[in-house]
Amino acid sequence: MIRKGIYRRQFMQGGGAAAAGIAAAASGAVLIAPDGAWAMSLSALGQHEGETLLQVSRQIYPHPNLGDMYYAKVVDDLDAKAKADAATATLLKNGVAALDKAMDVPFTELSSGNQLAVLTTMESTPFFQTVRGTAVVSLYNNPLVWRFFGYEGASFPYGGYIHRGFNDIAWLPKPPESASPAAG
Amino acid sequence: MAKYELSDDSVVVIIGSGAGGGTLANELCQKGIKVVLLEAGPRHTIGDFVNNEWAAFSMLAWLDKRTASGSWRVAKDFPNLPAWICKTVGGTTVHWAGASLRIQEHEFRTRSVYGAIPGTSLLDWPITLADLEPYYAKAEDKMGVTRTNNIPGLPGNNNFTVMYWGATRLGYKEVSTGRMAINSRPRDGRDSCWQMGFCFEGCKSGAKWSTLYTEIPKAEATGRLDLRPRSMVLQIQHDASGKVTGVLYADPSGAHHVQKARVVAVAGNSIETPRLLLNSHSSRFPDGLANSSGEVGRNYMRHLTGSVYAIFDRPVNMYRGTTMAGIVMDEAGNNPKRGFVGGYHMETISLGLPFLAAFLNPGAWGRGYTRQLEGYENMAGMWLVGEDMPSPTNRVTLHANEKDQWGLPIPDVHYDDHENDIAMRNHAFRQGDAVYQAVDALRTIEVPPYPSTHNLGTCRMSANAKDGVCNKFGQTHDIANLFISDGSQFTTGAAENPTLTIVTLAIRQADYIAGEMGKKAI
Repeated sequence: MIRKGIYRRQFMQGGGAAAAGIAAAASGAVLIAPDGAWAMSLSALGQHEGETLLQVSRQIYPHPNLGDMYYAKVVDDLDAKAKADAATATLLKNGVAALDKAMDVPFTELSSGNQLAVLTTMESTPFFQTVRGTAVVSLYNNPLVWRFFGYEGASFPYGGYIHRGFNDIAWLPKPPESASPAAG
Repeated sequence: MAKYELSDDSVVVIIGSGAGGGTLANELCQKGIKVVLLEAGPRHTIGDFVNNEWAAFSMLAWLDKRTASGSWRVAKDFPNLPAWICKTVGGTTVHWAGASLRIQEHEFRTRSVYGAIPGTSLLDWPITLADLEPYYAKAEDKMGVTRTNNIPGLPGNNNFTVMYWGATRLGYKEVSTGRMAINSRPRDGRDSCWQMGFCFEGCKSGAKWSTLYTEIPKAEATGRLDLRPRSMVLQIQHDASGKVTGVLYADPSGAHHVQKARVVAVAGNSIETPRLLLNSHSSRFPDGLANSSGEVGRNYMRHLTGSVYAIFDRPVNMYRGTTMAGIVMDEAGNNPKRGFVGGYHMETISLGLPFLAAFLNPGAWGRGYTRQLEGYENMAGMWLVGEDMPSPTNRVTLHANEKDQWGLPIPDVHYDDHENDIAMRNHAFRQGDAVYQAVDALRTIEVPPYPSTHNLGTCRMSANAKDGVCNKFGQTHDIANLFISDGSQFTTGAAENPTLTIVTLAIRQADYIAGEMGKKAI
């Protein structure tokens, strides 16, 4: 439980509504946390695309207590796909342009409600599906994110759960031996 | 380990090394028969398995392109992944959950018991439960099924405890940790279960039966098995008399070879098996091999499936321990008063967070969805597995224009839910909800079918050659030395998880093949 508590505090520190700042770098865009706690460089996507896609990812899978750094991992994975495939790069750039054009206000400047409304109109587009399909893996396959949800990840290194709480539920009685024999 | 010449036409060639092919290979080798076992996937060891859902999926799943069509929800959610099965030595026995239930007596004669139901191609099996009982007993012993052969049941985990109290408070009587091919005690040189979870990712304790580390090494120990991993069979060949003579396959380098054979047994699971027969068409057999009935690829079944997850106000930690930790069997009988024929089982299921996010409601997004995921720690889950109706239009066909890496047409899997399937799933959802409401769930979530793990029926066995592809021993009606050795043989799907029956049929088929070879009939 102590370990879980530490993780939760880290999430709180990284979280909040503050958007990541953007700074120019010689090789491309860099996403930087407002407090300087983390930074991430992009190679195929520009600064504006990076910042926009981070906010899109947060709107698709919003978790108020999850910090921007975990959504930045989604942008990182999208950037890698864009670098590997020119068609994906074009798809993402055009998608961001469409988001900005939807209300003639840059997507990153839209209110949360307007962002949601714009994304809802685009949810069947290949652009949206590419971002969502990437985000569902990038976000939820991140071991640092698992602790926030109470998922413990690999159990083999610890000998499974046979001695670590596979049947430790405390709010229901034990089923009878006939239904659930003791471990051998 | 044996090494046979490509020109050796005295061998039995088996295509696929899963529950059907891997078992058949060992049974034949034990009888002194020479076997070449061709497996499309690579050979992994238990040490390779990873406790990580996406990494294991990439390692083990069959990811060659397929298409899904029809009105089933899978075609919308997973248009290129109609089935979630494996491409690896051991086949889908690497991935399976371990539930090992015998098919019920009446489920072998559904056409007689259920009657003529419009839109279905129901047919009685050409065999009965009594025919299979001695072989079921052998399979249960081979696989170490709990609650048989004096093997104790497994201990239930948290997910089972929730199911148990919900189900029994609702009045269900047949609720237990069930019959599982997972060692509850060390047996057959394999450890007992560590309650690791990750049953779908390859069992790292070896407690769960898989041909990868039981049948195949035992067959190799006879000195009669020539296992060739990463060998994709492209075509079954025949002579002027119509007998099969061997198979064309691509080796790991991509080079093509022809392995001669006395007998060919196809066990590529119910999508690849009919696809291979269809792709083996020739001037003599323009519609594909063993397809004079036109039934190859038809009557594709995939079980009802669906899941119910529930969120409670306190922790469950469902991912700890065996994935399929318990079962409710009270709804498995045929009781048409419920508004449908056939029955279903409720079996616990759990997913890790990575897969739950992808599968709880495929394609869903936004705060309503993420709020559900935030209940992960307090979540319990069950899978609903029931008998679906066979239909001639639910079928595996060759894609009109898309080709695979070998230049062969990819398979399309077409499926429409029958109204009986829809009524049964609705009933199962309602009962699943009620189980969890009986233990004060805050909310329940009804989850649509995942990509099919139980693929059945596309080369079904039939008493009459016009109704199916093979006879009661899996021998094709058209070609005496060509056999179907996997779940494709199933005449109807029954409600039970199919692996035990696939293994049972393989043991029985091995006796038959050995007998026919001994008589020089094949």
